[in-house]
Amino acid sequence: MYSILRTLWLTFLHLFHKSETVEYPEVKPYLAPRYRGRIVLTRDSDMNERCVACNLCAAACPTDCISLQAAEGPDGRRYPEFFRINFSRCIFCGLCEEACPTYAIQLVPDFEMGEYDRQNLVYEKENLLISGQGKYPDYNFYKQAGVDMGVKKKGEGENEEKPVDTKTLLP
Amino acid sequence: MAKIKIDGKQFEVEAGKNLLDTCLELGFDIPHFCFHPALGSVGSCRLCAVKKYKDEEDSRGRIVMSCMEPVTDGLIISTHDEEEKTFRAEVVESLMTNHPHDCPVCDEGGECHLQDMTVMTGHNYRQFDFKKRTYQNQELGPFIKHEMNRCIQCYRCVRFYKDYAGGKDLNVFASNNRVYFGRFEDGTLENEFSGNLTEVCPTGVFTDKTAHKHFTRKWDLSNTPSVCTHCSLGCNTLAGERYGTLRRIRNRYHGDINGYFLCDRGRFGYEFVGSDNRIKEIWKQNGNREVVSSESLSEVLSGAFQEGHNMVGIGSPRASLEANYSLLSLVGTDHFYHGVSAHEYELTKMALDFMQNSGIQIPTLKQMETADVVLILGEDLVNTAPRMALAVRQAARHSMNKDAGAKKIPEWTELAVRDNQPVLSTQIYVATPKKDSLDDVIKQPFRGGYSEIAALASSVAALLDKNAPAADSEHKKLASDIAKALQNAENPLIISGVTCGDKEVLQSACNVAQALLNNDKKVMLGMIFPESNSTGLSLFPGKPLADLFASSEKKPVDTLVVLENDLYRRAETGQVNDFLLKCKQVIVLDQLQNETTVKADVVLPAAVFSESEGTLVNNEGRAQRFYKAIPDGENGQARESWLWLNELKEIKENGFEGWSSLDDVFQSMLNELPAFAALKGKFPDEGFRMLGRKIPRESFRYSGRTSIHARESVSESYPPEDFDSPFAFSMEGQQEDPPSSLITSYWSPGWNSVQATNKYLDKPNGDLKGGNPGIRIFPTAAKSKTSYFKLNGSKSNKGTGEWQLFPVYQIFGSEELSAAASSLSERIKEPFLLLHPDDARDAGIDESTAVQVEIKNEKLTLRVNFENSLPRKVAGVSLQLPGMPFVALPGSGKITKM
Ligand code: SF4
Ligand code: SF4
Ligand code: SF4
Ligand code: SF4
Ligand code: FES
Repeated sequence: MYSILRTLWLTFLHLFHKSETVEYPEVKPYLAPRYRGRIVLTRDSDMNERCVACNLCAAACPTDCISLQAAEGPDGRRYPEFFRINFSRCIFCGLCEEACPTYAIQLVPDFEMGEYDRQNLVYEKENLLISGQGKYPDYNFYKQAGVDMGVKKKGEGENEEKPVDTKTLLP
Repeated sequence: MAKIKIDGKQFEVEAGKNLLDTCLELGFDIPHFCFHPALGSVGSCRLCAVKKYKDEEDSRGRIVMSCMEPVTDGLIISTHDEEEKTFRAEVVESLMTNHPHDCPVCDEGGECHLQDMTVMTGHNYRQFDFKKRTYQNQELGPFIKHEMNRCIQCYRCVRFYKDYAGGKDLNVFASNNRVYFGRFEDGTLENEFSGNLTEVCPTGVFTDKTAHKHFTRKWDLSNTPSVCTHCSLGCNTLAGERYGTLRRIRNRYHGDINGYFLCDRGRFGYEFVGSDNRIKEIWKQNGNREVVSSESLSEVLSGAFQEGHNMVGIGSPRASLEANYSLLSLVGTDHFYHGVSAHEYELTKMALDFMQNSGIQIPTLKQMETADVVLILGEDLVNTAPRMALAVRQAARHSMNKDAGAKKIPEWTELAVRDNQPVLSTQIYVATPKKDSLDDVIKQPFRGGYSEIAALASSVAALLDKNAPAADSEHKKLASDIAKALQNAENPLIISGVTCGDKEVLQSACNVAQALLNNDKKVMLGMIFPESNSTGLSLFPGKPLADLFASSEKKPVDTLVVLENDLYRRAETGQVNDFLLKCKQVIVLDQLQNETTVKADVVLPAAVFSESEGTLVNNEGRAQRFYKAIPDGENGQARESWLWLNELKEIKENGFEGWSSLDDVFQSMLNELPAFAALKGKFPDEGFRMLGRKIPRESFRYSGRTSIHARESVSESYPPEDFDSPFAFSMEGQQEDPPSSLITSYWSPGWNSVQATNKYLDKPNGDLKGGNPGIRIFPTAAKSKTSYFKLNGSKSNKGTGEWQLFPVYQIFGSEELSAAASSLSERIKEPFLLLHPDDARDAGIDESTAVQVEIKNEKLTLRVNFENSLPRKVAGVSLQLPGMPFVALPGSGKITKM
């Protein structure tokens, strides 16, 4: 009996609380940056495509909804020739983002992706690639990597010695 | 046998091997880098540490390198003691201090032995705060990419390239912390086996440049067991597909043939499947070219198969048994011709007859490695049967191992064996007209024209057995040396082949073998045939091309069906032209455009090896199946040859029901051709299931399943079905423990790299569990023939002004299909003539100038290359390179300055 009355009382008090419901879509809710919504491909600080077509996101994806093909630019830079996400399969788990070694693929706080036609949920690279760095500014994979793919020369990356002189006889 | 104890468990194992090898055989996951089952141990990486205990009482033990530890009775070790685990993790950690942050852009990623070992040892956090060492890379030619930063100094590359394959242009340079693995300067890696570096190197220093053009991670490849179609050895390969195209050819372990290694023609020749020259449509040609739809094909061909028409089929030594049989069944046995020259036809028949009826042992490549005396007659192995050259090179180790063994140095201590006897003094005798890739491991090369080689071999035979027909060789000393060596050998091996094209050489090689047999000695005879299914085709009934040309004079051919065969590579241009003119309608099935397809009235696009299934018979008479890697319909109208021929047969015979699968064709071939009776029931047919399921081509990590086709349609359709094989074009099915001939990938928990191969073997470098694939058609030869071939004696051309001309083959270019591969074609030389510089000077010919060579009716213009090793008045003509017409070689001819 007591608990029933208590419940009624508490519910009654809610009449005087501030409402949590927002008038979506007139009012947009606040979503934290780490919210897992729409997937984008970002660019690095030089505004080059970040994705190096390593295929790790595709391998991590539990619904196998990412496919891409690696290609090589004129300076040797690896990039995805095509990059496709089938959002009608995506479960927004964020594993692709976690797998990505370059911060290229990111889930952003945008969930408004509804379509009448399922086919429209297939996003190609031109639909995914944004012209910004997304959540993680100032990371450039090619400056960390050892390879010279047009971003820096051998030995000029962060944390690298000058290339070895194989002719020297010094100890 | 030795009793050893690992982690408290007793095992009984072979004594004398190294401990790492034994542990791997027993299935223990011992991390290692520098040990490779085929290359032995050098103990340089320090990763394979285990703890060895003095006796049962010893609780501390001491760390030893398992790859350098011989297995002895009573050995007690542990593999999981804390101290050794830390030791191994620290070894990896120290290697990682300089390893670049490259995995995402490294082509080795996902199949990297270093990644596997790092995970296996548990090192996962970088504590080293200093900078990483870097190196400049080298440009290593069309096959191999170089990224030196990734090197972990295991020395496997040089041990394979220099020591195992005899390469001269890869080495280790510099000192201290700067060692560099590469060439002296930028340039193409010359060795014919350079592609194996991509699998031997445990990291991404050497990677496949051809695959890089359309790179696909290992887990994303849909793999199908295939067989290399670029020479007669039939090495096993794995064909990897993604997005409907062939991405990569990798080695598929075969304990009797290729083992861990492939040649570069086999590994990189696959690119021809994407050549611009591919035929992908049905063409009707009549001055102009018209594309015909599949539906209207029967209309186009209706006239071809009328009653009473003289219909003739030409088979092919590069087409499968099933395709050849389909043709035979379409045109009838009497109208079936082997698409080879009369000369090749005769030599092949002769060699096969000897192999089948003399009781000789036909060795596998693995057995060749164990030969102690080898005699090679006339064949330039590395260019006609490349993988065999690599096997014979290992036979050169025999005397080193023996000498080391006498001093109690175990075979697997690679460096000690080599240091013990640095100069190879093996009993390999090579008798060829020009310098040979094996010259560096042989005692004494013999250089002579074919007649001298035959004479030398005959004298050897005569010395071995008085009844053998003698010949006069000027090289009595060498002949008696060889005879003595063969006589004393435990495991002698004779190698010759049809490819060299000389009947006398071939016969005298058989005579040497026969002489040994008649002495009741054990002897192996290795034969080389020109093409991937030469052996198979020659077991078919039918006559050679020349017979067809002759009979067409009397009885014109109404309909000619040519199966995967460019007739202009088989007979002189004029002859083929005349013949084709006499044929009313010419139907050609082929994969690439060539001169014959240009002349055809109807061209049917044939599927390439990766799009079709079939059986090939290799040089040892081993029938092997290859399966399709690419689902039907990915290449325009291209279809498997047997399907086309099936359709032609349906058009021809109204009542013919047609074969519904490859198994039907195969079955009906077995019923009709007794030569293949041994194959009955030996290949898993389409109905083969494991636990009721098919074997998947894709790994369970295959990605993109719901996305690949989403662009065309977001609703996922069924994966394509395969009605001809036990495989599924999907990841569904039974992944584990397929039969050895149906392995689609090497993978085992913790082992993503190619090193996982060892998990599929009875022991490292041993046989596949469940037996090596393939069925030997004539496993035990009958011993019904004991007589010798009578030789005609050498025809000397001294004083006639004519030259003895012999064929020179090239690993890159002399095989029709691989010559169209884009990367490989960068290595193809222009047609050339090899001349001794002194001969050239006498004739007033300069190097690199063009000369005219007249052989029979054919006049060729060739560029002169000097070759010091040639005997005088003997010249080599590059055969079958793109742009070369057919010439009947060996033979004599005139060389004139232009
Ligand atoms: S969020 Fe999850 S399901 Fe969606 S693409 Fe990424 S990994 Fe795949
Ligand atoms: S994981 Fe990142 S870098 Fe790799 S392919 Fe996916 S998006 Fe590109
Ligand atoms: S060699 Fe292996 S560990 Fe090194 S970058 Fe390549 S994949 Fe990564
Ligand atoms: S290049 Fe590869 S095989 Fe050679 S030493 Fe370095 S890691 Fe080993
Ligand atoms: S594998 Fe034993 S030291 Fe390298």
